[in-house]
Amino acid sequence: MAMDVEILEDPKHHRYVLNMGPQHPSTHGVLRVLLELEGEYAMELLPVLGYGHRCHEKIAEHKPVKSFMPNTARMDYLGALIYNHGYAQLLERAAGIEVPERVEYIRVITSELNRIQSHLLWYGAYLLDLGAFTPIMYAFDDREHILDILEDVTGSRLTYCYFRVGGVSKDIDDKFVTSTRAFVKRLRSRFPMYEDLVNGNVILQNRLNDVGELTPHTCARYGITGPLLRGTGVAYDMRRAEPYSIYSQFDFEIPTGTKGDCMASFMVRFHELEQSLRIIEQALDGLPEGPIMTPKVPKKLKIPAGDYNSSVEAPRGELSYYLVSDGSDVPYRLKVRTPSYSNLSVVPEMCQGMLLSDVVSAMGALDLVIPEIDR
Amino acid sequence: MKSYFSTLFTGAWSLILGLKVTIKALFSPIVTCQYPREKMEVTPNYRGHIDLVKFADTGAHKCISCGSCMRDCPSDCIVVEGEKREGVKGKVLTIFTLDFTKCSLCGACVEVCPTKALDYCNDYELAGFTREEFYFDLLKRVEERE
Amino acid sequence: MEIFYSLLPELIRIVIAAICGAVIVFGNALVMGYAERKLAGHIMFRPGPMEVGPHGIYQLVIDGLKLMGKQLVIPKNADTPLFMLAPLIAFAPVFVPLLVIPFSDKIQGFDLDVGLLLILAFASINVLAILIGGWSSNNKYSLFGAIRSVAQNVAYEIPMLISLLAIIFMTNTFSLKEIAAAQSPVWFVVIQPLAFLIYIVAMVAETNRAPFDLPEAESELTAGFHTEYSGMSFSLFVLGEYANMFIVCSVATVFFLGGDSGIPLPYFEYTGIIWFLLKVYLLMFFLIWIRWTYPRTRFDQLMNFCWKYLIPFSLVNLLITVVMVKLL
Repeated sequence: MAMDVEILEDPKHHRYVLNMGPQHPSTHGVLRVLLELEGEYAMELLPVLGYGHRCHEKIAEHKPVKSFMPNTARMDYLGALIYNHGYAQLLERAAGIEVPERVEYIRVITSELNRIQSHLLWYGAYLLDLGAFTPIMYAFDDREHILDILEDVTGSRLTYCYFRVGGVSKDIDDKFVTSTRAFVKRLRSRFPMYEDLVNGNVILQNRLNDVGELTPHTCARYGITGPLLRGTGVAYDMRRAEPYSIYSQFDFEIPTGTKGDCMASFMVRFHELEQSLRIIEQALDGLPEGPIMTPKVPKKLKIPAGDYNSSVEAPRGELSYYLVSDGSDVPYRLKVRTPSYSNLSVVPEMCQGMLLSDVVSAMGALDLVIPEIDR
Repeated sequence: MKSYFSTLFTGAWSLILGLKVTIKALFSPIVTCQYPREKMEVTPNYRGHIDLVKFADTGAHKCISCGSCMRDCPSDCIVVEGEKREGVKGKVLTIFTLDFTKCSLCGACVEVCPTKALDYCNDYELAGFTREEFYFDLLKRVEERE
Repeated sequence: MEIFYSLLPELIRIVIAAICGAVIVFGNALVMGYAERKLAGHIMFRPGPMEVGPHGIYQLVIDGLKLMGKQLVIPKNADTPLFMLAPLIAFAPVFVPLLVIPFSDKIQGFDLDVGLLLILAFASINVLAILIGGWSSNNKYSLFGAIRSVAQNVAYEIPMLISLLAIIFMTNTFSLKEIAAAQSPVWFVVIQPLAFLIYIVAMVAETNRAPFDLPEAESELTAGFHTEYSGMSFSLFVLGEYANMFIVCSVATVFFLGGDSGIPLPYFEYTGIIWFLLKVYLLMFFLIWIRWTYPRTRFDQLMNFCWKYLIPFSLVNLLITVVMVKLL
């Protein structure tokens, strides 16, 4: 890596290179960013990846398709269920398996809980990046309730492996329903507190307004999806754009911003909490009875030859699985399109000419999960 | 000039609102659990590593050493071996080990087991100094359990 | 010999004052360190230190022992003499301002005519320590912290001074004792609320506390100027910071909150010191409270706030004060 430093170092312009990461408090994992600074302004940025690479896509080419399910949870540890969802949906589409209605409801409820959990963690960690220590504890307080709810049904707290091809591994019970309803009520009652403590705070407003502005055009060039894209005013959400599972049955809004700066994506994420709560409530109201597993799933799942795709809305943007099968039960190729990777690629352009503190807030707004980038 | 003062006052008001939230929190009861001193109740559905189930009616496990779990495990962390013995129907389990360092707790083994001989245990306090401490001999564990 | 005898009371006074100063510096660091962690904990719905002693009250003692036992790591290519000197520069000057602070009308090291100037002069040495520490660490993050600290402290000393100057014009003295005594019917916070607010903001910035803790800014600069410091040299910085907090809060108490004035308690002659410390620690509580509430400001906004709001406001305040003093 000494090479990069040499390339970036330019004695004529009195610039110097600051190495941020892989162990830096605000890169949240093993991301490394080389910054070429002039004073405190970042003139060039170079993200360096590869510290957490585990060859997930290659592993997929060597295992029966069903065995890859636990790996999906390890790619994005904060949106594990949503990654499960995309993969289960991919195999169901490929093998032509119908999923019982109750399963779809369970998947939607748990996925949305997972999304709230992810957003809450981002909320706290982002404020930590901005130097406020208390909100992360408040967010974790709420998040802990989701983890308890999900632990009771999935058995784990972070890297869930709950969805199966054609169903889910365990049925939800009345306890789940009541505790989820209690949580929905609780989180709603906490929103005013978050508004007062964080969202309205003048220091935060000044830190985020007009920082890291993106345009829909930039987003299209880099393939940016998720709250960042919605922050620019484009209401693009896979749950609406390409309704999968049973999302078309629910009444929810897609929060959008206008300016595309950090504050816009911040508020989009915050309003998404409320929308996820709405989906959960509607799904709990309409929860049907029935089996939790399709009976006809063969033990050795052979995928007919061909290409298959499945896209879902992960907490950070559009997640796509693309599978090429040669007819056996092991995929010929599995490509995962993870949102954070595309979102990170905009950093060199977005952060050019920013203050070091703004680089931290702009990168925090991307909500990067490093294992998802280095998968 | 007007915005100069209005930003000052709205800003100051937002700061006071923030102070109100934290002072209220200061006098609220704590919500954390002092872990080694007090422990939270773990849900019975918690999925720890797998264990062989000891059935009350027979006082033994029901593993028929078919090896389904071994084949289905995505991480190859289970080793099952059985042997034919005279006078006993089917195979007798001789080795059942779990390499927990590799296990991803997906639950494929539990679901595939034809005799429901496997279940998750509830241990969550797992820490050790060597890798070998996590090579569990499940057969020994089931025999030692009362 | 006669000179010696005539000087003896003064010498004893100096020794006692120095000992008292040391007690205050270390005692204050213990109390504040514990209070900070406890309050931070309870603000976040958690109990804070609980393990060492009942409710963790010995935690800071244990931490101090641990820090003393730690190795002093000097980074490669660091400027070793300066690197070792910086914590001492941060720590040593805090004793001098303590000498002139009137804890009550009877408890004071020296009543200097230029008490305020002495305090301000010695309090600003802290910036030098941060600059030297950041520079000599041979670390870019430390350097950033140091540079930010210098700009911030230089900028915020101006409104701090001007807001205090308004009081000086009203009382016509630099002696802290006389200033404290001058507010016997009404505290100056009632007469000069604007100056008080400006002083509080400048005080937070001067002591590098959140939301103005840019020199440390751990999410941007890992730990800022003391990134490379470990063990006792790190704790000297912390001791210096807490002592500085104590000094600026004492100045606020003397200038705006009536110094040691308060309802006299029975059976105790030196009631003033109780009221004085109560006021000081209330202000310190406020510092802790805001630290655990707000996010950190950005550097340019910090400077903007100083130059666009604090300095004009303090100048206007000074002008009004001067006119009023002249007229009345």
